[in-house]
Amino acid sequence: MTELSAHLPQFQHGQLTENFPDNHLSNTNDNSERRRHDNSERRRNDNPESETNGQPQNRAQQVVEQDEEDEELTLKYGAKHVIMLFAPVTLCMVVVVATIKSVSFYTRKDGQLIYTPFTEDTDTVGQRALNSILNAAIMISVIIVMTILLVVLYKYRCYKVIHGWLIISSLLLLFFFSFIYLGEVFKTYNVAMDYITLALMIWNFGVVGMICIHWKGPLRLQQAYLIMISALMALVFIKYLPEWTAWLILAVISVYDLVAVLCPKGPLRMLVETAQERNETLFPALIYSSTMIWLVNMAEEDPEAQRKASKSSTYDKQANQIQNEDADMDDGGFNPEWEQQRNSRIGPLESTPESRAAVQALPSNSQASEDPEERGVKLGLGDFIFYSVLVGKASATASGDWNTTLACFVAILIGLCLTLLLLAIFKKALPALPISITFGLVFYFATDNLVQPFMDQLAFHQFYI
Amino acid sequence: MTLAVFFGCTFIAFGPALGLFLFTVLRDPLRIIILIAGAFFWLVSLLLSSLVWFIAVKASDPGDEPLQKGLLIFGVLFSVLLQEAFRFLYYKLLRKAIEGLVALSEDGCSPISIQQMAYVAGLGFGLMSGAFSMINLLADALGPGTVGIHGDSQLYFLTSAFMTMVMIFLHTFWGILFFHGCETQHWWEMAAVILTHLIVSGSTFWNPLYVGSLVPSYLLMFATGAWAYVLSGGCTQNLLQSLRGQQSETSPQPGS
Repeated sequence: MTELSAHLPQFQHGQLTENFPDNHLSNTNDNSERRRHDNSERRRNDNPESETNGQPQNRAQQVVEQDEEDEELTLKYGAKHVIMLFAPVTLCMVVVVATIKSVSFYTRKDGQLIYTPFTEDTDTVGQRALNSILNAAIMISVIIVMTILLVVLYKYRCYKVIHGWLIISSLLLLFFFSFIYLGEVFKTYNVAMDYITLALMIWNFGVVGMICIHWKGPLRLQQAYLIMISALMALVFIKYLPEWTAWLILAVISVYDLVAVLCPKGPLRMLVETAQERNETLFPALIYSSTMIWLVNMAEEDPEAQRKASKSSTYDKQANQIQNEDADMDDGGFNPEWEQQRNSRIGPLESTPESRAAVQALPSNSQASEDPEERGVKLGLGDFIFYSVLVGKASATASGDWNTTLACFVAILIGLCLTLLLLAIFKKALPALPISITFGLVFYFATDNLVQPFMDQLAFHQFYI
Repeated sequence: MTLAVFFGCTFIAFGPALGLFLFTVLRDPLRIIILIAGAFFWLVSLLLSSLVWFIAVKASDPGDEPLQKGLLIFGVLFSVLLQEAFRFLYYKLLRKAIEGLVALSEDGCSPISIQQMAYVAGLGFGLMSGAFSMINLLADALGPGTVGIHGDSQLYFLTSAFMTMVMIFLHTFWGILFFHGCETQHWWEMAAVILTHLIVSGSTFWNPLYVGSLVPSYLLMFATGAWAYVLSGGCTQNLLQSLRGQQSETSPQPGS
């Protein structure tokens, strides 16, 4: 539907991908033909298209040179891009941990989601283990069903449904959840607030958020909103998931992420491939992007959105369903914002060669098009959410407390770094959860059970290692 | 305890390290990554040494106090050795990384030198070590309580903060020394690092006799600092010039 092809790394299911400039060998092999020169502005030289590995027999040398150049640039960017993701992930975690430590609402047990119906207050450990396994199984199956539903909806072009779903989820998150959050913060700090001021604040926050996320807005503001909604979502999960269930869900969802993104029959992969076949882009609202490129570059963002969207959307939906609302942003919404955006800018268009040529002829309005620094990295919001859930749960329930939180934090960052390194090497969209969550879980349990007693004894005697 | 204690101890312990981080590491993404990876390596070494200690404790009689203390001392010494082993492993990893960076760079030289990496790696180790020692204490300092009410030292927080600061500095200098020793095959430098680490950790066994632990640690810190400075190419002339705020027209500071 868009005349600008998604400049797609292939399996955008990975929640992570890099925006390579045109001639970068990108991830997707299938897309080489369809790939368009939409990133012409980013082209460093005049090569027509980013070839994928299969293609360039005719220009092997060029490709190889670009390859090396790209690789070198990739690695140089690699460090910069890693930091561009470290910062928001850190910020999200800091917000979540700060909230958990100060606002007791999010650590208070007030029931569970309907997706985790079995309680963990049982008499025996065995019963508790069984209940948590059942809870995790139910949650994961709901997520899988939702993802498949999303793929089906997308395949049969029910865009309006998806669109509506997405909008309602954003509304829920931006208005209702932030209202609850603000209320709890006020209660914690004993701030007296009248409803009129509150309504004004929430209204402004929500509307600006909707505009920034679904339409246009300053990059930093959009990033800030995405971080805030990820933090809100993570807090909901931390509050409503009982302990063992939460850890199990984290473990299973990283396996699911791995499977869904990398397996040929994975739902997310199918989603991306369908999007690529149709030369469409997915929603920009569910992906955190480190650079914002308007119009022509919107294409880049969407693949990410796809990647992330499907994943995050599904489980977010679950959580939100308790309020009988749709999933929030993270669910599999597709596209509508992008369409609207495009429509508003260029007028409704169907993809035709003429329109495509016309668009390509447009002067690139991206900043510093030739500047490779403008390449951004994208990370799906679901990744933010689950990283924050892990760290938040660690800070909420660990006996080691700050040591455990810090250890999980470092573990997640290192996992993210490794994932980005793999991304730079394999140059295709990768799942961002498995490595980080694995490290995070290992370090959580190890630090809580092994390191904490050791550090405790050391602190007691004031020994230093 | 008061906010003053909290902020005071925080800045004593982490102030210099924060300054180092802000002024030398924050600008360069590659250094931030090396820092965090260094922290990670230290964490892994701590994990393994805690595992060993935990197994030893579980296998022994929990009521036997001297035994438990002996096991703890063993745990500390083992942890020191393991930390240095991981420092060596990290050196190996960074060596490979430099080769990769050189291969991928345009002009055949790496954007970061091994000396800079040594400094950042040491800082990473130090920051993580300091954080693990100090953060829970700081969190407790915000809460209610009286230090030393049961007859222990009242200077607990303060000395912990000073000890943490010296450990962070020491790790930084040890990083520089160790990597230099590995680079130039000067085994005595590596041995010196291990020895001084053991001495510093051992001196903390004298706590709460703080004279026995803080004084040697600070002396060793100044000594290793001077040694690391000399190894990094510094000389007294540069030092005096920098103190006077003058630019040096001679060779640029290595590893700046």
